[in-house]
Amino acid sequence: MSELIIANIIILASVAVIAAIILYFAAQKFKIQNNPLAEEIAQMLPQANCGACGRAGCQDFANACATADAEQFAHLYCPVGGSKTMNQIAKKLGYSSPEHEPTVAVLHCNGTCQNAPDKVEYIGLKSCRLAHRAFVGKTGCPNGCLRLGDCVRNCPFGAIEMDKETGLPKVNPDKCTSCGACVRICPRGLYEIRPRGKDGIMIYVACSNKQKGAIARKNCLAACIGCKKCAIICPEIKVEENLSRIPTTVDAKTYGEELAANCPTGAIIYTGKKGKKDEQN
Amino acid sequence: MNKTKTFHVGGIHPDKFKITTDMPICEAGIPETVCIPVKQHIGAPAKILVQKGDRVKVGTLIADADGIMSADVHSSVSGEVIKIEDTTDAIGYLEKMITIKVEGDEWEESIDRSPDIVKEISASSQEIIKIIREAGIVGMGGAGFPTPIKLDIPQGKKVDCIILNGIECEPYLTADDRLMTEKAEQIIIGAKILNKALGIQKAIIAIDENKPRAIEIMQKLTRSYVGVNVAICRTKYPQGSEKQLIAAVTGREVPPGCLPIDVNCVVQNVGTVYAVYEAVQKHKPLFERVVTVSGNDIRHPGNYMVRIGTPATYLIDKAEPIEPAGKVIFGGPMMGVAVTNLSAPITKTTSGVLLLKKESVFNPEQTACIRCGRCADICPQGLEPFAISGYVRRGEYQEAKKIHVLDCTECGSCSYICPARIPLTDFCKLAKYEIRKKK
Repeated sequence: MSELIIANIIILASVAVIAAIILYFAAQKFKIQNNPLAEEIAQMLPQANCGACGRAGCQDFANACATADAEQFAHLYCPVGGSKTMNQIAKKLGYSSPEHEPTVAVLHCNGTCQNAPDKVEYIGLKSCRLAHRAFVGKTGCPNGCLRLGDCVRNCPFGAIEMDKETGLPKVNPDKCTSCGACVRICPRGLYEIRPRGKDGIMIYVACSNKQKGAIARKNCLAACIGCKKCAIICPEIKVEENLSRIPTTVDAKTYGEELAANCPTGAIIYTGKKGKKDEQN
Repeated sequence: MNKTKTFHVGGIHPDKFKITTDMPICEAGIPETVCIPVKQHIGAPAKILVQKGDRVKVGTLIADADGIMSADVHSSVSGEVIKIEDTTDAIGYLEKMITIKVEGDEWEESIDRSPDIVKEISASSQEIIKIIREAGIVGMGGAGFPTPIKLDIPQGKKVDCIILNGIECEPYLTADDRLMTEKAEQIIIGAKILNKALGIQKAIIAIDENKPRAIEIMQKLTRSYVGVNVAICRTKYPQGSEKQLIAAVTGREVPPGCLPIDVNCVVQNVGTVYAVYEAVQKHKPLFERVVTVSGNDIRHPGNYMVRIGTPATYLIDKAEPIEPAGKVIFGGPMMGVAVTNLSAPITKTTSGVLLLKKESVFNPEQTACIRCGRCADICPQGLEPFAISGYVRRGEYQEAKKIHVLDCTECGSCSYICPARIPLTDFCKLAKYEIRKKK
């Protein structure tokens, strides 16, 4: 009996030794050459794998950083880590990273339950992308927010929440890393990544409706009607296809208050102190 | 003697609610204005030929097909063009439409308005396809696929039979049923016209078992026409879907991603075939169609011959809903379109207007999937909707593609059968959109 046990132990042990030797040589032969520099850079990155940098993930971005020369490196930017992370990496590599203005996602729609009351009921799958193709939306606005929360579910940082009162998604600027997931998911292209502005004060038009003013107003009280009042105040603003767009170069502090106060429908949102109260920021 | 036929993968048996079966088709009349969309088919919108202020007659060409997948659009009334602009369609989006103010009812002289049935087919096969194209005929079952393209057989392909789809498997709808009962001979002649166009001899009229009158009339009449036969199909949804119909009638299976032509069949809706008869024998372009107006809370349901462009409100007023409807659907309850704008016009593809009571509209509490597998049992395409919905929830569209979500016909059977009330068809639709977008 004991011989059997000993024989078994010897056989198993020798199998284990042989397997170990094979595995050792196999590991040597098929070893993946990792750039140690890239490994270190990857450690500095947020590891969100969100793809906001335009790369396949954080490891891919780290590899790109490690192999880049000074000029190429200037074009690399991780919006999630921001300037802080980029400066760290730059220090490691001995390059310099150009200053990037911090950005945040903003929603170009103010079709709240109050401004744009529901006209019909929707009982299908809660998905904006599906509803967008099925019909115009509960509010009747063909460019407005569908309020079904695809952006909320797809935000990798949990920065977007549905505001129960307004029915609209609300971006939390503290959590938002401007990775652009919401921009890609929104079937109506309502999100934009915009510079946060000095002291977090921004000015933008919260409307994307390109219909004529009278039609747009039928569905939503806060629609931009393309009246061009804002363009008179600030000549930089262009009004095209019945829709005003405030360029990011417009200084929010100088013009913000006046623009927001003079917009007849309240489509312009000013996130400064005296401006119209706004939940977006 | 006739054995009933059906397809063998999946299928459901929803309640029929065919309350308008015994109601003859009657003229709906002409509204004060009609609004004719220039895009009533899949493919590019037609090019507008008229201008504001132009006078048109019934049957005047008002928009010309723009490209091969497009279709001509004709005026359905006589009067003056008062508006050519973007108007809200059934689902609320803006589309180019031609609004015509009705004055009298003056038809183009070329249209033969006599009630006689013209049996002699004088046009040659090339001429037939040309006439069908000029009459703006598209598939009237719902998809709006231009008919001439189906008749233009690509090189190397062969057709041995044409199937006339008189299944009408959607609940409520009876438009095709009535058409087969009342215009049986015209439909058979239409089938012979299509046979001539394709250079074949065989046509099969597929009718659901639940239309005994249509079957009786068709069987009696087809005796005097060589090559035209009636196939009686056992009632099952979605038998009216092209692939399922071919499987039921011929036993041939259309492979994924292939068209009926790949199994030597051409399928045409009976409504389309009737339109072909009218176009070829009576020189009448497609400007009116049979629409079933039905529902569960209306005083006067019925089958109406409606001019294209008639606002839905005009028909709803005729139906006299007891209370304002909770949900209005263009088409059938399984695959139709929920309407958000009641003044939307009837188009070439609108087979019915349904007015459903608010209480009867499905607004169920959704619960979790219990993995019962009923959706996979009944899926006529043999898919696994529960698995697809799982992938879609996680955004894994490529995985959904691997389990053939693109073969989904969106028939709605899975949503219908699901005991947890999960909108499974919606998940499949979403996956299809996302996969096609990424291409």
